[in-house]
Amino acid sequence: MATALDSKIPTGNITEKWESYKGHVPLVAPNNKRRIDIIIIGSGLAGASAAASLGELGYNVKCFTFHDSPRRAHSIAAQGGINAAKNYQNDGDSVYRLFYDTIKGGDFRARESNVHRLAEVSTAIIDQCVAQGVPFAREYGGLLDNRSFGGTQVSRTFYARGQTGQQLLIGAYQALSRQVALGTVKLYNRHEMLDTVMVDGKCRGVIVRNLLTGALERHSAHAVVLCTGGYGNVFYLSTNAMMCNVTAGWRAHRRGAFFGNPCYTQIHPTCIPVSGEYQSKLTLMSESLRNDGRCWVPKKAEDRLKDPRQIPEEDRDYYLERRYPAFGNLVPRDIASRAAKTVCDDGLGVGKSGLAVYLDFADAIKRKGRPAVEAAYGNLFDMYAKITGENPYEVPMRIYPAVHYTMGGLWVDYDLMTSVPGLYACGEANFSDHGANRLGASALMQGLADGYFVLPYTIGSYLSKEIRTGSIPTNTPEFEQAEKEVRERIDQLINLGGQQSVESFHRRLGKIMWDKCGMARNAEGLKQAIEEIRALRAEFWKDAFVPGRSDDFNPELEKAWRVADFMELGELMCHDALQRNESCGGHFREEYQTDKGEAQRDDENYMYVAAWEWKGEGEQPILHKEPLVYEEIKVVQRSYE
Amino acid sequence: MKLNLKIWRQGGKFKGEFVTYQLPDVNPDMSFLEMLDVLNEQLVMQREEPVAFEHDCREGICGTCSLVIDGQAHGPMKGTTTCQVHMRHYHEGDTIVIEPFRAQAFPVLKDLVVDRSAFDRIIQAGGYVSVNTGQAQDANAIPIEKEQASHAFDAAACIGCGACVAACPNASAMLFTSAKISHLALLPQGQVEREKRVLSMIAQMDKEGFGKCSNVKACEAECPKEISVENIARMNREYLSAVFASDKAMA
Repeated sequence: MATALDSKIPTGNITEKWESYKGHVPLVAPNNKRRIDIIIIGSGLAGASAAASLGELGYNVKCFTFHDSPRRAHSIAAQGGINAAKNYQNDGDSVYRLFYDTIKGGDFRARESNVHRLAEVSTAIIDQCVAQGVPFAREYGGLLDNRSFGGTQVSRTFYARGQTGQQLLIGAYQALSRQVALGTVKLYNRHEMLDTVMVDGKCRGVIVRNLLTGALERHSAHAVVLCTGGYGNVFYLSTNAMMCNVTAGWRAHRRGAFFGNPCYTQIHPTCIPVSGEYQSKLTLMSESLRNDGRCWVPKKAEDRLKDPRQIPEEDRDYYLERRYPAFGNLVPRDIASRAAKTVCDDGLGVGKSGLAVYLDFADAIKRKGRPAVEAAYGNLFDMYAKITGENPYEVPMRIYPAVHYTMGGLWVDYDLMTSVPGLYACGEANFSDHGANRLGASALMQGLADGYFVLPYTIGSYLSKEIRTGSIPTNTPEFEQAEKEVRERIDQLINLGGQQSVESFHRRLGKIMWDKCGMARNAEGLKQAIEEIRALRAEFWKDAFVPGRSDDFNPELEKAWRVADFMELGELMCHDALQRNESCGGHFREEYQTDKGEAQRDDENYMYVAAWEWKGEGEQPILHKEPLVYEEIKVVQRSYE
Repeated sequence: MKLNLKIWRQGGKFKGEFVTYQLPDVNPDMSFLEMLDVLNEQLVMQREEPVAFEHDCREGICGTCSLVIDGQAHGPMKGTTTCQVHMRHYHEGDTIVIEPFRAQAFPVLKDLVVDRSAFDRIIQAGGYVSVNTGQAQDANAIPIEKEQASHAFDAAACIGCGACVAACPNASAMLFTSAKISHLALLPQGQVEREKRVLSMIAQMDKEGFGKCSNVKACEAECPKEISVENIARMNREYLSAVFASDKAMA
């Protein structure tokens, strides 16, 4: 059934592939770059860095963002840091080690060649950012400071207080702003991409909606690059920003771009739990808290609602320390999340909802003193207090896992091109380099690697064949047809006239996804979820209501389109989770676990990337498999006991 | 709790006026924006157009949310964006007045949404270091004294929300502009373009129609990231030295 997916991995030794590729990739001469148009969708780390770098090279770039400014993109919310194999600490780090840690952290489900390239360019990212004036943390001698993060034995994470994403994004935004001033990049704020346009089998442009006026616009280009982030909001509640969505990627998928590993979702263990039905989003509390906080729940269900300070030691279950004595509270994200779910499923979760565990600092405060705890975690404790109204110095924090990142995304080859010629995907939007689980501080690295140092080279391979194409007209039947289809869908949404709000459908979709395609999945639940999502979709198109007009600023209409796309994606995620009869990284199938309840991979049958092809609404999508070949790395089982 | 909301509506059938809404059942654990979500869902079900307001990360870092709440940009709590204000700070029967960020340079687009693209254009005028991708030397070849780097960081913490403009009686953008000028002027990487940067960013700021600074310091008081007015003083020094001491300015 599988069509051969050509991942275009260069030949040669793993350490030579990228160097050799760069030496042989066709180039576009400076005088020809002026004749080439490139569209970038999104202005986060990947989008802003790609737009700036391609503008500097002399291409005509258009950059679109649905925000009021490119600086709002969700990359800004990343807290922890960015990895790079600088080995400034002389602690044994190297490009190879970063490569190895990333492959292993991804549970051996990522493509070796891409990950090695990522590790290679990681060092140049830090140089570039520092040159731009990004204020990374420094030591007293004035040189850069590092810290360690989960899943590694070296200190290779560069950070800027708890605002690393913000500072990196502002750096890229400033580089982008410079190109805007120079006229190489034209910026379109408050414009949302609603479709790609295919001409003769190539992606030749996009249809965008001006969010202020509702006007549809056609834009053509020789290449289109989607840097549109992840789709965690399919779960309704996640740590993603409110406007994060899958629409650009999903529309491209419907036009022929394969979707890679959609079921790989990262659930972050330490988030502030849901407090009510009205809740709109979840807030992440940094992973670093688990260095000193101890996770526990009461041993007896009747103690669930008791003041935790009144529960004696012998009635508490420090379940991570009990199950994983070697790593204790510092097990990786996927393990910690599942363990919290298990105790809550057993009816021991705390708080009104029963969906929370304690993260207790009493021992740390006794051992180190409150000032030391305050120095290490003060800003996080303040944030927690602001949101919950409780003082975590006095009462244990309540936390629960939440959807945080999606490793899946559009399938891309070594060039970052999707299965559609001329259409690229960068950053979280592609199925990426993280396999089935992403390590902390690697998302920022990948977004900037793609935009600054990979795409500017690889895009030349395709564009060198486009130098004689000339500018692409938008008054052609293909553009007309695409615009017409977008207009029809908008009309359909605005005229729904049902009884239920779009928000309520999104909430219900999120519940199905969280319950049946969340931290733990099983075949029966996934089959039910597919049926439930189909029914929900049918109900949406019959009974949803979208207020306002289509030729106006109308956030409810924007939301309706996005939720409709999420409802299609949700089904695909379930199909993907259902076909993968193994557990790996963030994908945990209850039927496939060891005696001790750990993930059980099946390398013999599932060591592949699942790349899904759209076959039409209500049709079964087609699965293509890209086998993962490990030439360099020896595949092993992860253990944290 | 029961609350009254007096909200500025503008656009569509509203000519620009306050409209009062009642919310019968506000949970004290809700965030301010979740409270507005509840109002909007109520309006949608009544077939009325919801109140347009901007928001995104809801974690206090993206700078998208705005609102003047009872006369204060980002509401009553110090060092806090609107999205991080929670309803437990209000009481049964309170009336809350909600307005957009008002400034000539921030035209209202709809209800509580304003156009802050002037800030983008100020950055485009010179708020960067001109270094192309790939030109950088090794990161540790530029040592920067820890405290100096920390000062630069304090200025770089600006989220570009525009509260400083909304808080200022002159609708001045001096705090925003000076934060970027300070961030780069305090770092060795920013030295080459230092004079040119301050001159062109201030010229753009004036061109956008922002007012002058008269040392009220409301900007600092209402800034959710507590950016210091010392940055304004630094920008003024930078400007004077660029105007009077620079060969380029004379030419």
